[in-house]
Amino acid sequence: MDTFLQQFINGLSLGAIYALIALGYTMVYGVLRLINFAHGDVYMLGAFAGYYIATALNMDANPSVLGAIVVTIGAMGVCAVIGILIERLAYRPVRHHSRLTSLITAIGVSLLLEYGGQVVFGATPRFFPQMIRSETYTLGPVQITNQNLLIIVVSLVVMFGLEYIVHQTKIGKAMRATSFNLSVARLMGINTDFIIAFTFALGSALAAAGGVMVALAIPRIDPLMGLMTGLKAFVAAVLGGIGNIPGAMLGGMLIGLMETWIAATSYSTYRDAVAFAVLILILLFRPAGILGTSVAEKV
Amino acid sequence: MNRYRALMLAAALVSAGTACERRPGAGATETTTGDILVGMYGSLTGDGASFGQSSVEGAQLAVEEINNAGGLLGGRKIRLLVEDDQSKPDEASNAVTKLITQDKVVAVLGEVASRRSLAAGPVCQKYQTPMISPASTNERVTQIGDYIFRVCFIDPFQGEVLAKFAYNDLKARKVAVLKDIQQDYSVGLTEAIQKHFTALGGQVLDPVSYSSGDADFKAILTQVRAEKPDAIFATGYYPEAAIIVRQARELGMKMPILGGDGWVGDALKNGREALANCFISNHYSGDNPDPVVQNFVKTYNAKFKREPDSIAALGYDSAKVLAAAITSAGSTEGPQIRDALSKADVPGVTGRLKMNAKRDVDKPAVIQELTFSNGDVKYNYKTTINPN
Repeated sequence: MDTFLQQFINGLSLGAIYALIALGYTMVYGVLRLINFAHGDVYMLGAFAGYYIATALNMDANPSVLGAIVVTIGAMGVCAVIGILIERLAYRPVRHHSRLTSLITAIGVSLLLEYGGQVVFGATPRFFPQMIRSETYTLGPVQITNQNLLIIVVSLVVMFGLEYIVHQTKIGKAMRATSFNLSVARLMGINTDFIIAFTFALGSALAAAGGVMVALAIPRIDPLMGLMTGLKAFVAAVLGGIGNIPGAMLGGMLIGLMETWIAATSYSTYRDAVAFAVLILILLFRPAGILGTSVAEKV
Repeated sequence: MNRYRALMLAAALVSAGTACERRPGAGATETTTGDILVGMYGSLTGDGASFGQSSVEGAQLAVEEINNAGGLLGGRKIRLLVEDDQSKPDEASNAVTKLITQDKVVAVLGEVASRRSLAAGPVCQKYQTPMISPASTNERVTQIGDYIFRVCFIDPFQGEVLAKFAYNDLKARKVAVLKDIQQDYSVGLTEAIQKHFTALGGQVLDPVSYSSGDADFKAILTQVRAEKPDAIFATGYYPEAAIIVRQARELGMKMPILGGDGWVGDALKNGREALANCFISNHYSGDNPDPVVQNFVKTYNAKFKREPDSIAALGYDSAKVLAAAITSAGSTEGPQIRDALSKADVPGVTGRLKMNAKRDVDKPAVIQELTFSNGDVKYNYKTTINPN
């Protein structure tokens, strides 16, 4: 039972990481109907931006919570700009072509960031400075670190924050209108280019926050780190119902738990296969995802 | 254009997998004057970057000393050509193919990771170019063929050393093993530990597997914790070892964690305070008072501004053994160097380097206890264990 509870906590900690990235996937999809495959790589850039800022501030020697917040905000700013640039330079020129064109462009951007990252940062894994001293809390039979707790809390805050922005604010209303019908939204006086750029900036900033949080808990970062994590987060978004914000959270947690339970059996090396088996099953039996509702396409 | 065509032909021959009776190219360019070209391949970038950098630096230091002392074969200098294999096995065999067929090196030094030595060794064997691995401990590496040598101990011995230390000194009776199924080194070392620890009368739990590059070990560590082992072996390489140690301590697991020489790498320091109560088997100890060792530590420190690790010491030894073999062969022809290497018996920084019939060396291993202070790992000498 102790082991079961500990694995549950391990699974939630891992799932929160996927959830944090899946939220960004799902938001961009919700507005643009574009699966931004480069999202996982923006997450990687966020971790590297955080790495360079933290190193410049010599955080490894002087850890502090304030410093960690500065690093996180810095990385979010850098990635928001990168997100806007990606949208402006790669996606906007092909926005009026078929959806497949955007999808292929997204894969191209993803590869560009991964292998460009290897050229700029080098392929050697870096170790992220320990900005907050690791502490382990013991709650009855289970142990959890302050860093994992932080990831879970941050992903919950982000989920509620996004729900609020999308459903309660004016810009959220504009986002939903853009999502519903781009040209009509423009006719109604919504600056759709700005809304889309804003969506990318927000999504990329979230990815950066995720990158820094994860690097705190699992300090090893390299230019290809966004590849597998990004794909699993994508599966999490699809599992929960892509475009659905609470769904991304739920999907992330489920993938994290499943992966942990597989790793705990003697089939531990199949852990990476789980997410993709889930993707196939969900697409076969419930393509809209757990919380998603299938909408009839207009013809 | 003609040269290009010859090259294409050579490439075609290679890809067709033709067994070459004669070394294509090398025979025609054999020279008796000018620099002696020695190739070295290593993981200068990627997961194993610390291995490549240390071993190459060690070899460079040895080459510099040899050249300053007047070179070999009547004043000929050694020129070391280094290729980066990016920590990838297929790049390792490409790098060695390039060194042998294009650069026409007389011998090859490398690799540290057994998996990459196993990938590139057959190329050296095919072209009859001697290869000396500084630090690949997997038993199968020198079984590739009679042109493959090494200057380190092998995993069956290392596994025995670790098993004995855990049983006799740490008084462990039930142990768990974490192995990296992608690395021949880790798989081989795991088997050796299982065999020897069981033979001593201890109990080894079913090994738990992970893959190179994994970063979350909490699930498998939680399973291990439930079995309440007295000690844990992590038989993989340093990038994962650093994270395994940290996450084990985060889960409240305070038992000793043991590893092999694969833990020696700069990124191990990310294990931080969690490295307390960890022990590794290693090839040499930098705090050994032997003047040979201290002299090496001093000159290495002067040249590279850091402490040499055991991989650097082995890189140094591999180049020294090759130089001695070239001198005693009196030639730079592959078969002659090979014959001289098989009879090699020279003193090294990591101990006496005497080739046995399997082209391995029988050397003692040291056990080191790890501590973390001032942002770096300290390797504290515990004991030396000699081969039987």
